[in-house]
Amino acid sequence: MKNNLVALISGILFGLGLAISQMMNPNKVLNFLDITGNWDPSLAFVMIGALAVGILSFRFILKRPAPLFDEAFHVSKKIHIDKPLLMGAAIFGIGWGMTGYCPGPAFASLGLFSMEALIMVISIYAGFFSHRFFVKK
Amino acid sequence: MENFTPITALLGGALIGLSASLLLLLNGRMAGISGIMNGLFSSPIKEEMWRGLFLLGLVLGAIGYQTFSESGIPIRQDYPMWAIIIGGFLVGIGTRMGSGCTSGHGICGISNFSIRSISATLTFMASGIITVYVLKHLTGFLS
Repeated sequence: MKNNLVALISGILFGLGLAISQMMNPNKVLNFLDITGNWDPSLAFVMIGALAVGILSFRFILKRPAPLFDEAFHVSKKIHIDKPLLMGAAIFGIGWGMTGYCPGPAFASLGLFSMEALIMVISIYAGFFSHRFFVKK
Repeated sequence: MENFTPITALLGGALIGLSASLLLLLNGRMAGISGIMNGLFSSPIKEEMWRGLFLLGLVLGAIGYQTFSESGIPIRQDYPMWAIIIGGFLVGIGTRMGSGCTSGHGICGISNFSIRSISATLTFMASGIITVYVLKHLTGFLS
């Protein structure tokens, strides 16, 4: 119950952050990636803002033996850089550069009743399911 | 540079960082959106609940901003659908293969100083930049 409320509140803050920062404006994202054209560096500041908070707080949080409302942290323990990681990231980057949407802003934009975002989210799920059935054995 | 908005970007980014910190401190979960979206249809019911609520919150946060802000977020109408369908598919398959996206690797992973996440973030940034260059400037498919 508590965990569910935390998830909802955390989601709302995340959605507000995506909206306020304009990460949800796909053309602004494309201009951020367009370094040889009409470059708009604003979105680098989204990352700076998020990392400033995250780097500070994660250090203290992960020193704890466990989170407050669960028995253990669910954090990946993988440390090796492998081919799927880099290939996957490269493929994701192509999709991001084609559309201006990464998963968070695409999903949040469902709240704007954007037709394009709906098709984006459905296509992302098509990618998830394809991965589950064809790539992952 | 007339669209340069560093202050709102910093503020929004800090909110995202706060959201990720709360989810980790209280629930012990990483706020990686692609993983949360994927887990929505692949976990036991008990595990699906918080994911569904997080995603609901994401949508509510966006609606709240759109309702109460003066400027709002422009909704793009004229973008080629083929690019959205193919691009969306690549985002889906790529984030599963690479175990994360902008939030999971770019924010949570880097906040945790994960070498995997730093490599993934540099890779998808570079790949996104090259893609925009090719589609917009080299070929003109999307301009």
